[in-house]
Amino acid sequence: MNHDELLEMAETAQAQNDAYDHTIRVCTAAGCLSSGSQAVKYALEQEVQKRGNEHRCRVSGAGCMGLCAGGPLVKIDHDVVYRDVRVHHSASIVGELGGEPIRELRIDPDEPFFERQHPVVLQNCGTIDPERLEDYLAAGGYRALWSAVHERSPAEIIDEVNRSGLRGRGGAGYPVGLKWTTVAKARGAEKCVICNADEGDPGAFMDRSVLEGDPHRVLEGMALAGYAVGASQGYIYVRVEYPLAVERLQKAIKIARRANFLGHRVCGTEFSFHIELRLGAGAFVCGEETALMASVEGRRGSPRPRPPYPAQSGLWGKPTLVNNVETLANVPWIVENGSEAFAEIGTNKSKGTKVFALAGRVRNTGLIEVPMGTTLREIIFDIGGGIPDGKEFKAVQTGGPSGGCIPAEHLDTPVDYESLRALGSIMGSGGMIVMDETSSMVEVARYFMDFCKSESCGKCVPCRVGTVQIHDLLQAILDGKAPSDTRERLERYATLLRDASLCGLGQSAPNPVMSTLKFFAEEYDALLGSAHGAVAEGGDA
Amino acid sequence: MHYDLHKPQPPSDDKRWKLVGATMRRCGGDGRALIETLHTVQDSFGYLDLEALEYVAIALRVPLSTVYGVATFYHHFSLRPPGKHTCVVCTGTACHIKGAGELLTRIEAEFGVKAGETRDDGELSILEARCIGACGLAPIAVFDDEVAGKLDTSEALSRIHGMVDDES
Repeated sequence: MNHDELLEMAETAQAQNDAYDHTIRVCTAAGCLSSGSQAVKYALEQEVQKRGNEHRCRVSGAGCMGLCAGGPLVKIDHDVVYRDVRVHHSASIVGELGGEPIRELRIDPDEPFFERQHPVVLQNCGTIDPERLEDYLAAGGYRALWSAVHERSPAEIIDEVNRSGLRGRGGAGYPVGLKWTTVAKARGAEKCVICNADEGDPGAFMDRSVLEGDPHRVLEGMALAGYAVGASQGYIYVRVEYPLAVERLQKAIKIARRANFLGHRVCGTEFSFHIELRLGAGAFVCGEETALMASVEGRRGSPRPRPPYPAQSGLWGKPTLVNNVETLANVPWIVENGSEAFAEIGTNKSKGTKVFALAGRVRNTGLIEVPMGTTLREIIFDIGGGIPDGKEFKAVQTGGPSGGCIPAEHLDTPVDYESLRALGSIMGSGGMIVMDETSSMVEVARYFMDFCKSESCGKCVPCRVGTVQIHDLLQAILDGKAPSDTRERLERYATLLRDASLCGLGQSAPNPVMSTLKFFAEEYDALLGSAHGAVAEGGDA
Repeated sequence: MHYDLHKPQPPSDDKRWKLVGATMRRCGGDGRALIETLHTVQDSFGYLDLEALEYVAIALRVPLSTVYGVATFYHHFSLRPPGKHTCVVCTGTACHIKGAGELLTRIEAEFGVKAGETRDDGELSILEARCIGACGLAPIAVFDDEVAGKLDTSEALSRIHGMVDDES
């Protein structure tokens, strides 16, 4: 395939789309599907057919539009978004096409939820039909891959990513260009690229939305990574709990292979790149790269000590690049628009944007993408619309079971890797759970420790035993049966767990406890105080 | 049970074993294929019984202990048959904050079955999910294959009654 053919494919796809006067896009991502968007889509299709408009009006599915709280969402052409659409609205929606938007359903276009966002990764989410390659091509898809394999050397691509300042979006924030350089330099005839789509954080659905809403973008990012580091085989390790993402990826891989964006001789060059899916089977520890590789190899997901790092000796001993979904989804944009454009977004040390899954006690729950450096206050109160039911904000939890709880006095913290770490939390993969006055922070700490306890793989003692001990102490506090030296023991065990565990799961498991102990000490005091009073009364100290 | 190690035969001539065989071949036919194969067995038969584990071990030339280890390591795999109907309650963080814990307790009490177990009559399994990934609609549960968000307790209870009491 030459460049003209690619352009022609994109143009034909665009012309096909332009042939319609109107496009009605119904969000068919997980959130809206649960609110019944499939029935709404069907009703709209029926309505269009009934009016004999099927040649002028196209009804299509689309990826996540963001505002899950208002689902099912329906987008008309490019600017009108309707919320809480039900089947009975279909007649008026189709009837009003081209006229005035329906006021009762329409979301105010100046609503800060949409206006404050900066889509890079989610550029196509909610605007293209994820099951149609044509839509992706019309949106400029695979242009970055085409130009890379034809016109640029692998070193140039690595250099571009290096200069962009992109850091890993899976949690730790390791510079992506550096990782790529290491894999590219590693000796080995065969190399692998793994896309980590094992989004195990409870309360996070960013990767799911990208995979479901724009699967080709992830494939393109992987192929670019493969070209840059010299790999010919890629694996996507995706959670089996995301059946729709699995189905869309399978379809996308098949279509991309047929169109020669994957497989032998990509785009007619010497470069070959194959992608296979591997299904995760529900183990949080498999988000850790060495455990993930063990799982791809068909074994139990137990981590192993590093070094050797996967970049030197990874999957079956081959040099392996492991990147998360969002990281890879940034790559086509960087290659297409240049590293300077990317580096302009965000802060000095954290470049680009970050996708967050905003959930919990906040009005606008959903999926958002903001420039790095946006403050927590802007995210929760402007974009998120604040706390519902007249309640008080208490804390925001970032980074899932590996992160911490941040109290109100730190709401003006800019969201970047360093600032969050300074507060004892982490950026994590992007889960952001808002809590109000009704949540007990000790209970939240217990919840996360319970999670880590059951997800600990059991290989190293500090994690296997430490998580159980800390969990039991927290439970004892809540039950009012805590021994008098509870606080010291919690701190001692937490330090031990952090310093002596083999992998990230154990090392970061104390974060929820440490951060709540630091910022919400009075809640621990209140519970401990009453417990000791009660024990003293019982005469058993 | 006796197996020919050179040409292991599936436990029965059920056609679903053909799917299992296809997965084994697609993934290399050895230990590399173990997890994918177990996925196919569970998708096809609903759970992993000992017979299936033995066959997979021999066909992929992996020790049975390893197969058992993998099957019990991952939450998704189940060694017991599921109930006729299932209710999966999401206990992810967002759902937890919005009361999934109480919801689960009420369901357990109402139907007399603990999370992770199946009722004695085999009609109903109650399961917990770590996170379904639709946190915007918390709390969430999946009734048979239907996902329902922004649930309140009475709605959840009546939906399960609807599933279970339908045929009895």
